[in-house]
Amino acid sequence: MGQNLIAIEGIAKRYPAKGGGETTVFEDLWLRVRRGEFVCVIGHSGCGKTTVLNILAGLDAPSAGTVIVDGREIAGPALDRAVIFQGHALLPWKSVLGNVAYAVASRWRKAPKAEIEARARAAIAKVGLAGSENKRPAELSGGMKQRVGIARALAIEPKILLMDEPFSALDALTRGTLQEEARRICRETGQTVYMITHDVDEAIYLADKIVLMTNGPGARIAEIVENPLPADRRQGAIHHDPNYYALRNHLIDFLVSRSKTFRDNPPPGYDPRHPPLVRLGGPAPEPRLPRAGEAERHLEAAAG
Amino acid sequence: MSLAVRLQALAVSALILAAFLALWQIGVSGTGPTQQMDPEYAKLMGATATEGKSAMPGPLDVGRTIWGHLKDPFYDKGPNDKGIGIQLAWSILRVGIGYLAAVLVAIPIGFLIGMSPLMSRALNPYIQLLKPVSPLAWMPLALYTIKDSGISAIFVIFICSLWPMLINTAFGVASVRREWLNVARTLEVGPLRRAFTIILPAAAPTILTGMRISIGIAWLVIVAAEMLVGGTGIGYFVWNQWNNLSIVDVITSIVAIGLVGMVLDQLLAQAQKLVTFPE
Repeated sequence: MGQNLIAIEGIAKRYPAKGGGETTVFEDLWLRVRRGEFVCVIGHSGCGKTTVLNILAGLDAPSAGTVIVDGREIAGPALDRAVIFQGHALLPWKSVLGNVAYAVASRWRKAPKAEIEARARAAIAKVGLAGSENKRPAELSGGMKQRVGIARALAIEPKILLMDEPFSALDALTRGTLQEEARRICRETGQTVYMITHDVDEAIYLADKIVLMTNGPGARIAEIVENPLPADRRQGAIHHDPNYYALRNHLIDFLVSRSKTFRDNPPPGYDPRHPPLVRLGGPAPEPRLPRAGEAERHLEAAAG
Repeated sequence: MSLAVRLQALAVSALILAAFLALWQIGVSGTGPTQQMDPEYAKLMGATATEGKSAMPGPLDVGRTIWGHLKDPFYDKGPNDKGIGIQLAWSILRVGIGYLAAVLVAIPIGFLIGMSPLMSRALNPYIQLLKPVSPLAWMPLALYTIKDSGISAIFVIFICSLWPMLINTAFGVASVRREWLNVARTLEVGPLRRAFTIILPAAAPTILTGMRISIGIAWLVIVAAEMLVGGTGIGYFVWNQWNNLSIVDVITSIVAIGLVGMVLDQLLAQAQKLVTFPE
């Protein structure tokens, strides 16, 4: 299967529990991500989605199972997987250019200085920060810092981009702009992305496939939802799409109720090795518009 | 701070100095002839007995002495009569050597302790035991083993400079943010490059704080150490002038020691500013 860039094969994470024994955060997790796919993972806090991302990044090791990237089992962090951290993680003593160039120089160790700088400048320009190369991170707004984080990750031309709630600390307007740019850049370059989010609308806008994780402990991948929205969707207009509410309701229903009950009452025929692939859509459903505030209440309940 | 506040502070500082000098001058000036006595006898007794003049020199005497030292700070008229500049230079040299040796030892060991929880635990009891020991307590041991008083003084400076730098380096290295280390890990940065490009700049402000504390302690200790070992140095100069009953030179030395200490501290403060980064 040359198409699968990432294959997560039966990984688990267990910690020794306080009163003896073990706590299983998640187990028997199987997931395949194809080249060029944008995958978003949704689940409640504590289900281990960040741990899965850290395992993919090589920063953490699974207690069982393996992860295969591009045909090879991973053993620790590597330059083919770039991470965009939740807290941007820029080096505050380096300038914007210094931060990006540090990554470029790590990727191409023997490259001449001029080439490193040129690549770094190109990556900075790609995220719309040309002109701010010599600023320190402390002089930038939250959104600009995260742009530098994205530039640093893209500059090393990784096979996979791993994002851990990259936009969650930003205000709504900045978040919207950055989501748009992230989608544009990833589509233009055919970037494979694995992203964690707790924002349902973010997942609907960005993802080709949305992975739903049940609550921990003992979390599983409940199902994988294919995004029925057209590929050329525009952020401000997705809620006009006939499939939008069906998808959104499906996701929120999962977060509100099914994520709790799934583990004890899995649907008949559920096989963790092949989580069901859900396709919503077809003919437009009845325009069932939620009452004002309903969706938000669900969201709050889900996030709480 | 606004310019007006700064000017006001300057004015208050000057006022305090003027009041202090005036009180000092009044305090040590004579009260006039105290009693009638034979002029020959009065000459023998000196101004203290005859005019109630204090043996303490006044600010004008000190000013004259300082001027004298400033005119010729580097004269050398034998082992017991050298200019204050030469004495200060000796002290600064000893502090410099002992301090640099401490930097060379403390920062690598501090890195080791900061990066390895095992070494941190293993070395902690020794550090805790040795840190509170007065550096001068090492002096007899140093004199016995090194058999050279000058090098012993340097060793004492080394020992007293060591601990603040060691502890601050270890703390700074241990508290480098995990996410910065993760950045290095995801970029496959090797251990040596990581130490120099991530850990060192991240820990540098804390390390410099330790270095600044250390230079302050070293300058405090050198005076006492040189009083013990003698020969040269500002500490020896103070003690020698006390033996000469030249209070005016003792006061001059106090001013000189204070000034040099201030300059050393400010040098480190400037270095600290260079490595500090805003977050």
